[in-house]
Amino acid sequence: MGFLFEDDNFALFRDGFLQTIELSALSALLALLLGTLLAAFRVSPAPVLRAFGTAWVTIFRNTPLTLLFFAVEFGLPALGVHFEHLTFATLALGGYTASFVCEVLRSGINTVPLGQAEAARSLGMTFGQTLTLVVLPQAARTVLAPMSSVFIALPRNSAIAGAFSIGELYSAQQTFSDRGYSIFSIFFWVACAYLVISATVATLFRFLESRLAVAR
Amino acid sequence: MRTRRTLAVALCAVALTATAACGKDGSPDAAASPSNAPALPTYTVKTDVKVDSAVLAEAKKRGQLIIGAKADQPFLGWEDVASGDRSGFDIEIAKMIAADLGFTPQQIKWQTLVSSQREPAISKGQIDFYVGTYSINDERKKTVSFAGPYYIAGQDLLVKADNKDITGKDSVAGKNVCTATGSTSIKNIQQYNPKITQFDTYSACVEKLLSGEVDAVTTDDAILKGYASKYAPKLKVVGQPFTTEKYGVGLNKDDAALRNAINDAIKAHQDNGDWKKAYDATLGLSGSAAPAVPALEKY
Repeated sequence: MGFLFEDDNFALFRDGFLQTIELSALSALLALLLGTLLAAFRVSPAPVLRAFGTAWVTIFRNTPLTLLFFAVEFGLPALGVHFEHLTFATLALGGYTASFVCEVLRSGINTVPLGQAEAARSLGMTFGQTLTLVVLPQAARTVLAPMSSVFIALPRNSAIAGAFSIGELYSAQQTFSDRGYSIFSIFFWVACAYLVISATVATLFRFLESRLAVAR
Repeated sequence: MRTRRTLAVALCAVALTATAACGKDGSPDAAASPSNAPALPTYTVKTDVKVDSAVLAEAKKRGQLIIGAKADQPFLGWEDVASGDRSGFDIEIAKMIAADLGFTPQQIKWQTLVSSQREPAISKGQIDFYVGTYSINDERKKTVSFAGPYYIAGQDLLVKADNKDITGKDSVAGKNVCTATGSTSIKNIQQYNPKITQFDTYSACVEKLLSGEVDAVTTDDAILKGYASKYAPKLKVVGQPFTTEKYGVGLNKDDAALRNAINDAIKAHQDNGDWKKAYDATLGLSGSAAPAVPALEKY
């Protein structure tokens, strides 16, 4: 159990932990922005936008995440796009999570009574104004609980990035295994680290829920 | 405009999925040898073998020898997924030993094992012995026993054939070097270059080397020669190994009789030239000359 505090093991573990947080935070940001945009696309009056949103969700939600990482890490360079590994990982993880954010938000939009949008339109609001000022704020408050599930899953999904040149907790675990420490103690600490991250996200969402949730 | 974008996204997805599939472990015909390649040796199966080993007695009774091997290392321990055929230098070594123990290649049952499963599989008797880039070290000697070494590898660098900047470990500073996540190779190369790229498979690294995003791939030269053979003449091994890894045949710790029999088999095939022939027909395709035949450690 105490192996973590020997040699330079703690430094490796800490770097992995911070890298997991950094990747998760960047991906969460991308997922939130992109997911909201996609949700707007999916309910927009323009068929092309709706098709784009549907295509994104279909492809990204139904593809195994490892395959998406492969596609981004090996496919984009083949098309002449070169980024840092962290950027690639953020794109893969963020793009994947965005499809879930989009669907959660869309389910929230469906809970907002149609009359609200009609009322907004009869006041002369454009589609954009209706969505951002009337529908989305109510939708977002409704879906806080399912949204927290999406963002709790994200840091754990980020473990896949360890196989794609990101020095996060998963790759730290591999190094420890190779150094010959017992699997049980390695996974004990790694699991604790993920628990800390997930619990923080959960607490944050619970706070938001207590402040913002819609009482119906 | 939007339609075009949708189409582009769809096309990209299809193309990328295809690329991803290729990136994994190479195309199915990867193990196919060029037509002018040296032929693999054939081994005479010994009859009337007398070895006082419980493992061997059990294998004789079932009429099959169960040998652990790797399946994802081209020209070393490779399994053709389509046909199920095994090929490579380690596979040849295993066949030589099997022949001297009285088993034909058809009587070998191959068992693919990844590195972390080797010790438990050997000590629990799930396999009779293991041949697959298995470095002899003191830590492992506590749980298993080793015959050999049958090959002495060392960490080296794999680069594009036209690369002239990278000539060894001292020339990698500032270069982008790729290796497997969590491997010991990382520690060894980090002394010379702190910035490295890591993927969970070497084939991913080789993919990045071929596309020019990394300058070199580093691990044991035997593994690198396998990739150099597979992608000959595009890649080459630098040939300046900077560590020593003795590959042994892993077997049950208490089976001294089997260990001696395997040592004898390796020695016999080293002496009659089969060892060299097997090298030339597998790892030798990389263009790297055969290393010296290793002396056996009969501990």
